[in-house]
Amino acid sequence: MKIHEYQGKEILRQYGVPTPRGMPCSSSDEAVLAAQDFGVNAWVVKAQIHAGGRGKGGGVKVAHSLDEVRKFADQMLGMHLVTHQTGAEGQVVRRLLIEEGVEITREFYVGMVVDRESQRVALLASSEGGMEIEEVAKSSPEKIHKVRIDPVAGLGEEDAARVARSIGMPEASISQAVGVLQGLYRAFVEKDAMLAEINPLVLTADGRVLALDAKFNFDSNALYRHPEITAYRDLGEEDPVEIEASKFDLSYISLDGDIACLVNGAGLAMATMDIIKLCGGNPANFLDVGGGASREKVTEAFKLMLKNPSLKAVLVNIFGGIMKCDVIAEGIVAAVREVHLSVPLVVRLEGTNVEIGKKILKDSGLPIISGTDMLDAAQKAVAAARGQ
Amino acid sequence: MSILINKNTRVMTQGMTGKVGQFHTINCIAYANGANCFVAGVTPNKGGQSFENIPIYNSVEEAKRQTGATVSVIYVPPAYAAAAINEAVDADLDLVICITEGIPVHDMIRTRYRMQGRRTRLIGPNCPGLITPDEIKIGIMPGHIHKKGRIGVVSRSGTLTYEAVGQLTALGLGQSSCVGIGGDPINGMKHLDVMKLFNDDPDTDAVIMVGEIGGSDEEACARWIRDNMKKPVVGFIAGITAPPGKRMGHAGAIISGGQGGALDKLAVMEECGIHVTRNPADMGRMMKKILAGS
Repeated sequence: MKIHEYQGKEILRQYGVPTPRGMPCSSSDEAVLAAQDFGVNAWVVKAQIHAGGRGKGGGVKVAHSLDEVRKFADQMLGMHLVTHQTGAEGQVVRRLLIEEGVEITREFYVGMVVDRESQRVALLASSEGGMEIEEVAKSSPEKIHKVRIDPVAGLGEEDAARVARSIGMPEASISQAVGVLQGLYRAFVEKDAMLAEINPLVLTADGRVLALDAKFNFDSNALYRHPEITAYRDLGEEDPVEIEASKFDLSYISLDGDIACLVNGAGLAMATMDIIKLCGGNPANFLDVGGGASREKVTEAFKLMLKNPSLKAVLVNIFGGIMKCDVIAEGIVAAVREVHLSVPLVVRLEGTNVEIGKKILKDSGLPIISGTDMLDAAQKAVAAARGQ
Repeated sequence: MSILINKNTRVMTQGMTGKVGQFHTINCIAYANGANCFVAGVTPNKGGQSFENIPIYNSVEEAKRQTGATVSVIYVPPAYAAAAINEAVDADLDLVICITEGIPVHDMIRTRYRMQGRRTRLIGPNCPGLITPDEIKIGIMPGHIHKKGRIGVVSRSGTLTYEAVGQLTALGLGQSSCVGIGGDPINGMKHLDVMKLFNDDPDTDAVIMVGEIGGSDEEACARWIRDNMKKPVVGFIAGITAPPGKRMGHAGAIISGGQGGALDKLAVMEECGIHVTRNPADMGRMMKKILAGS
């Protein structure tokens, strides 16, 4: 689960990581009031959306007067901010973060990730602050310093200081940097994060080390023990169809194609998307109905798929194990009747009770196209989507 | 022969008395030699009771001492599952298979740290389990689609494994053992660990390896295959069409930081001499073709 920058900075401050003074605002009046309170003559107006790359899209601006604060706030609030992570439609800006401006002398990158290879948390740091770490990894990997952290001992002072020196933190600021790194690590572990980045971490002209940005992604499987993190969830930033899906315990991700697919199991669901593409079509979604889908769940899944206005065909691919094919077939028939499906439906059933399942589909009298295997079903779905 | 488990394996079930544990225990007992293999259940505070004539013990250590079981399968809910793995590791079991989906990643980091230097092997979590056809099934896969034979299957997915197995069986190719290693980012045995066992198993002739986006375990396995594997391997990676930055159902199925994409994995596998296919309906046919040619 992602959160906003201003929320991430609240967490950082709880762990002793200093940030510029700032205030989240949802109107330009609020923004100007907040700016006045800081008693400075430069401010940063930052659009609060979950996607990265805000600066390039015009979502981060430096104001040198209160009039400019108001002007930028008016421009940003309500705009569709387009970044490389939002898609072409962009994300509507509903909230801003107004911060005091600081005089920056150096910028760094620090982040924590779950390192799958070592099965530990890894600290990543680089002298190339402000650049995306993926870019640095490609252009100059030698500038990324990585420390894998012992989960019992935690991030020790020596390790933290060594990393800080290696990215060029001046000696006078090492102890501050150690505090930042140790705080970030503790926040990462104690809040069950999957990703935490401060990019940039800056050194100011007056010698302070500050987190100028904060990006967190949390483990959704651990939210049950973090009500304070769950409270940060902003549904306005999420795909409404994906929110609806999660209510029914369905795993759904919108894609930009026109052939919807309903599958049991995540691996098979991805493979089904892949085979649609292989046959010359484009998948409209990822949808895993899970191992124990009931008739109600299948109906809800059909409703979700039909929300897509560009839908041209539906492909159901079920390998029944625990889930019996006859149960799923009854679910399909009921769902098609309830939602008045108007696009072609191709169904491939395999596994437990497959013969009974196929008979239920056939006896329903519905115009369901049967696929003999995954490839046959995908080919038929692609042909049907083309009106053939 | 087979890998990891056979008809003489003795298994305890942690979380046997829950709804999920009960359902799958009944199916496991009904499969092949299951009635002799599943000898104990573990549920704290329910020691002395029984389910389907299987005695329940309060702890893994007690179940091991009383029944000689050396393998455990776990259906415990996610909040308690890491502790259940820890208990099995502390009791020095040979193998732990954790079916549970949704264990917090940081719990697994701590559990894997505890497991360093211990003898216990872990399969999963978030996996379907493993099966040696006609001998024993430990997990949630449908037993009837399997057929005894000489092809090994290792996969990160559940139903996609069934798909591979179903294709093999339909073509008359049976399986030596099928191992679902699970879809979580921090887990126990990797493709590589299972591949080594298949390579050493005299009753496995060839292997189907099914991977998916996320991480770099398939690449590590592919490089080992290039240098060491004596048997042909057919490979498929799910998620060519998956967008970056999205978790595709499995917690570990995510392309992040520009890494873990399906095409990159397929390219490395192909370079390493694995017979890769981009068509998930073609895994069985490709295997049959390769076996006919060799």
